[in-house]
Amino acid sequence: MYRIVSRYFVDRNAKYLVLLCASTSFIILAAIAIFTLREGLPAFQQVGLFDFIFGTEWRPTLDKFGIAPMIVGSLAVTFGAMILAIPLGVGCAVLLAEVAPAKVRRFLRPAVELLVGIPSVVYGLVGILLVVPTIRQIAGTGYSVAAGALVLMAMVLPTVISISEDSIRAVPRIYKEGSLALGATHWQTIWHVMIPAARSGIVASIILGIGRAIGEAMAMIMVIGNAVQIPTSPLDSTRTLAGGIAVEIAYAGGLHENALFAIGVVLFILIMIINSFALIAMRRGRERT
Amino acid sequence: MKEAPKKFIFIIVASLLLPSFLIAGCGGGGLSDTVTESGSTTVQPVAEKLAEAFKAENPDATIIIQGGGSSVGIKSCNDDTVDIGASSRELKSDEPNLVKHLLARDGIAIITHPSNPVAGLTKEQVRDIFTGKIAKWSQVGGENKDIYVIAREEGSGTRTAFEEMVMGKELIKSDAILLPFNGAIIMAVSNTPQAIGFISFGYIKNSVETLAIDGVAATAENAKNGTYPIIRPLYFLTKNQPTGLVKDFIDFCLGPEGQSIVAAEGYIPVS
Repeated sequence: MYRIVSRYFVDRNAKYLVLLCASTSFIILAAIAIFTLREGLPAFQQVGLFDFIFGTEWRPTLDKFGIAPMIVGSLAVTFGAMILAIPLGVGCAVLLAEVAPAKVRRFLRPAVELLVGIPSVVYGLVGILLVVPTIRQIAGTGYSVAAGALVLMAMVLPTVISISEDSIRAVPRIYKEGSLALGATHWQTIWHVMIPAARSGIVASIILGIGRAIGEAMAMIMVIGNAVQIPTSPLDSTRTLAGGIAVEIAYAGGLHENALFAIGVVLFILIMIINSFALIAMRRGRERT
Repeated sequence: MKEAPKKFIFIIVASLLLPSFLIAGCGGGGLSDTVTESGSTTVQPVAEKLAEAFKAENPDATIIIQGGGSSVGIKSCNDDTVDIGASSRELKSDEPNLVKHLLARDGIAIITHPSNPVAGLTKEQVRDIFTGKIAKWSQVGGENKDIYVIAREEGSGTRTAFEEMVMGKELIKSDAILLPFNGAIIMAVSNTPQAIGFISFGYIKNSVETLAIDGVAATAENAKNGTYPIIRPLYFLTKNQPTGLVKDFIDFCLGPEGQSIVAAEGYIPVS
């Protein structure tokens, strides 16, 4: 009798436990959003939304808060990273899903997944010791958009590879068989059938990669030099939004601190937009198959 | 199976109570045998050494040393978050009026790559380099190459002190490389032949070359006898005249034993 009651007890209450878990994570998210917005609001009010977003001068000691260089900087390193990461990542995904023998895959896939777990400060250190000096050989200080893009590329590759590979694997077998039966070669099948069929998953992997790239702070601070200027060449130094917060938060007070939280709000909105693109892309993929 | 509900309740209760224990744990700052300090990252390493030595003599005392930067030190001292704030610059006019205890003086060295033939600059030349008016090393007697300016980020105590003493009203040029740690500055300058940067005396390493300013070498002696021109104060701050353990700790730091530790760490003792 007691046993039955206790089993029901667990059964009845388990849903409250998971509800507790779910609502906790939601409350945490909401608290962060509200807190960031509340702290950032004074900056929007005193600087003005337009001047804050389109202003090109960032001089906290003179109360000049324009984040346009950081927005451009964020977009520049992210764009550079994705230009490099998309062909490399999708190519690697095709290799893992279609070309490589099972033995190679069994080794490569965990290796790629391991890359996700490496802390970003390690990527930054490798960037300082390897990428920055290499770029310095070409021109300038080496602390540059190019260095940031290369480091970010390495950081987003695992995301692009693993999600793209999954989506190529999820393409129904009959597509491939049909194509081969019609006389297409393996490569023609990959290029004209498999990749187009997996397109939405690949797009989702790219968008998730962008999301990760745009929010990266630590590795970027270490390799891009953090000068608040709109870069005119890949060898110029610049600052990203996330990096801008991390560089100055330790010493900021008053309106300066509010302005850093306001950068957080901008970043929050930017990432929300990117994530909703990812959701739409993935939903399309699901409807298709 | 019999244990299941109890375990279940225990987990819920524990997960509800845990945060309150954590919060309670943070409120320990008011105990009389604990002194908390936070602020300037330039003061932090020497404050840690001082705290260690003080604890060796007073095993019951707990001294907690944190970083955060001069502005944070001033702010948290004023709102009683910590007993002692640390600042590596003078207090600004819009900052609260706190009791200052001069712990040490610190020179700011202008550093370059060891391969750079330029051995010294005037204060004006340093200023013109950091504003961008002087852009080539050949303009100050070096090779015909671009100067790469490396500075600390806005708000850093070292940068604020550098701006006050060298830049005056001029601004550091906007395409200067900004790095947020003293160690990162050393690393960048020691790896970049055309670079120039500034750093606290306490952080000087052999991998970089210090420049003579107005003909005076950047040594602790020259800083102590007042001839080196870029010197700033390092303060411990308290809200009121210190009492109890806080007073004991500050007295220890300003006393002969504390001051010898200050000197050993590369800063300039005040007594």
